[in-house]
Amino acid sequence: MSLSIIGARVIDPASGLDQIIDLHVSEGKLVAMGEAPAGFVAHQTLDASGLVAAPGLVDLSVALREPGYSRKGSIASETRAAAAGGVTSLCCPPQTKPVLDTSAVTELILDRAREAGHCKVFPIGALSKGLEGEQLAELVALRDAGCVAFGNGLSSFGNNRTLCRALEYAATFDLTVIIHSQDRDLAHGGLAHEGPTASFLGLPGIPETAETVALARDLLLVEQSGVRAHFSQLTSARGVQLIEQAQARGLPVTADVALYQLILTDEALIDFSSLYHVQPPLRTRADRDALREAVKSGVVQAISSHHQPHERDAKLAPFGATEPGISSVELLLPLALTLVEDGLLDLPTLLARLGHGPATALQLNTGSLHVGAPADLVLFDLSTSTVAGEAWRSKGQNCPFLGHTLPGAVRYTLVDGHISFSA
Amino acid sequence: MTPLDAKRPLQLNDQGQLRHFLSLDGLPRALLTELLDTADSFLEVGARAVKKVPLLRGKTVCNVFFENSTRTRTTFELAAQRLSADVITLNVSTSSTSKGETLFDTLRNLEAMAADMFVVRHADSGAAHFIAEHVCPEVAIINGGDGRHAHPTQGMLDMLTIRRHKGGFENLSVAIVGDILHSRVARSNMIALKTLGCPDIRVVAPKTLLPVGVEQYGVKVYTDLEQGLKDVDVVIMLRLQRERMTGGLLPSEGEFYRLFGLTTARLAGARPDAIVMHPGPINRGVEIESAVADGAHSVILNQVTYGIAVRMAVLSMAMSGQTAQRQYEQENAQ
Repeated sequence: MSLSIIGARVIDPASGLDQIIDLHVSEGKLVAMGEAPAGFVAHQTLDASGLVAAPGLVDLSVALREPGYSRKGSIASETRAAAAGGVTSLCCPPQTKPVLDTSAVTELILDRAREAGHCKVFPIGALSKGLEGEQLAELVALRDAGCVAFGNGLSSFGNNRTLCRALEYAATFDLTVIIHSQDRDLAHGGLAHEGPTASFLGLPGIPETAETVALARDLLLVEQSGVRAHFSQLTSARGVQLIEQAQARGLPVTADVALYQLILTDEALIDFSSLYHVQPPLRTRADRDALREAVKSGVVQAISSHHQPHERDAKLAPFGATEPGISSVELLLPLALTLVEDGLLDLPTLLARLGHGPATALQLNTGSLHVGAPADLVLFDLSTSTVAGEAWRSKGQNCPFLGHTLPGAVRYTLVDGHISFSA
Repeated sequence: MTPLDAKRPLQLNDQGQLRHFLSLDGLPRALLTELLDTADSFLEVGARAVKKVPLLRGKTVCNVFFENSTRTRTTFELAAQRLSADVITLNVSTSSTSKGETLFDTLRNLEAMAADMFVVRHADSGAAHFIAEHVCPEVAIINGGDGRHAHPTQGMLDMLTIRRHKGGFENLSVAIVGDILHSRVARSNMIALKTLGCPDIRVVAPKTLLPVGVEQYGVKVYTDLEQGLKDVDVVIMLRLQRERMTGGLLPSEGEFYRLFGLTTARLAGARPDAIVMHPGPINRGVEIESAVADGAHSVILNQVTYGIAVRMAVLSMAMSGQTAQRQYEQENAQ
């Protein structure tokens, strides 16, 4: 199977390439950029004139809800939604039922993802058994089964000593840990950022210190253990500062934010709409602006959807009784293009934060375009727009952006040279 | 990016009349004054030998209490009965929800029984908004207290109490004392006082019992009771729940009483004609001395009496606004 993509403006942030150039794909790999190699016969030709071609998006957190929560989503439905959002590789978090803490669950997810064929799926294994924070999961067995990193989500470790040992054990085998810094006790019972909005609504607050206290501790433990660490879902300006300071003193930590955190603030909660119930919570305008600046400067090198699809009933209750999360992987590219439209980022920088940045954070072999690289590509049209929700593939309708007109439209998504989405 | 579901006046109909009563936030001063005037007229009904008016004849009012209550529930029942409505009261905390039925299903079932109005109390902030928006928009929803968020009928009966004893709000100093953080009464009172033009609203509490950003209500914060009470016209004491002693909010009831309890000596710092209010039930010796609660300054029992009149006003106004809205929509549909 071979394919030629003709006439696209090719942007590869990793190499700085930004020009109209043809791409030639054979057996899943990029075999030439520019002229086709001698003897190359394209079985298929995509006329991509007017489109931008870039490395397929790499999303570090997409809850696939399988196994265990099929009413919310399935591997097939959510990877299909991801492909429509321009995603070619995604990581799925370990909050499945049973928890992703055994090789069996890892293999089940990988098998079903291959069968569906919409995206490359890289499972994140649980750092502790059952995510309970007491006993270590079998990290090496999980790695051998296909887990690319390990995390405990927002479930805290029982105590700092166990957490410290988990990090040391992971460091022994050169494994990457993904850390969601949120102090369990400071966040206890909280539903929204502790600030005027939560106070006004009478919603119990989650103070900024729930993030920063845990983050300061986690950074020190990471430094001591020498583990490779990626900090996920930062929400606060002070949190970003802590990451920046750690990087400045030479600690090789990486970080991501949820795309919706770059757009929304806690003011969206003012009518108690459960669509904006997320964990960790939406914070202030100043926090959002600091997150945006950190994405621009590269302190935060990855933007993820933190996609969490839910069934209708999960959001149909008073705010505090609803489940947190937003379904938005399907809009990843068009929603992210609003950051370019707003003048925050130029297009290559945005694509770096959506592809090369996350791929390098977890050492995934994707996210850049060079001869020999996997042909994971997204082709999109900047001259048109996407009406969010006009077509919808995710099982989760819990998306506050439905109905909005967003810039750009994904035309093709290619995984290993196969078209996994076209519009 | 602005949310597409941006704020709209959920509790008002197209003519700006009440159709639900969820929160005092967003209600204009004229509407609050109209409500107080209506309540004043109903107070006369309560003083008559025959205490009924036919305003809600043929209507069914359903009190749905997901949280325990005696005073609020009883006064809502009396208010509805004096308006000649048929009244059902359900203590849902002890029935459906223990069988696993959701709030959504419970309310939809009651709606199917042709209820015209729900009075709802629920432990979750925003519960009444949720019901009015997503469950039963055709039924008038009255918030009988939702989590820490709002208790608008209590707020208005407190305003009626103040107006009847002080004549108005323009030159008043009002202190709200105690557990502001967990109090829906305090939130509703702060909004009502601000809307009605009270120039000096004070909250008095230790930092552990103050919501972050309480200044947004236009109040002054005091952490010293004597300073907070100095020359005030009205003292509103709040109930302190026993469970606040766990979790480090307060060391003990004793220490709280020593610092924030309203005693005769402390009340002497207020204006000589100051009134003392409390939403009840009171904890004698925890937030208030018995001699103050039962003393000449106390209007705590008047509040209960006024509560019935205010609830009659709310029920009749919301029912009329909801009915008008439905007629308007039907006419427009034809």
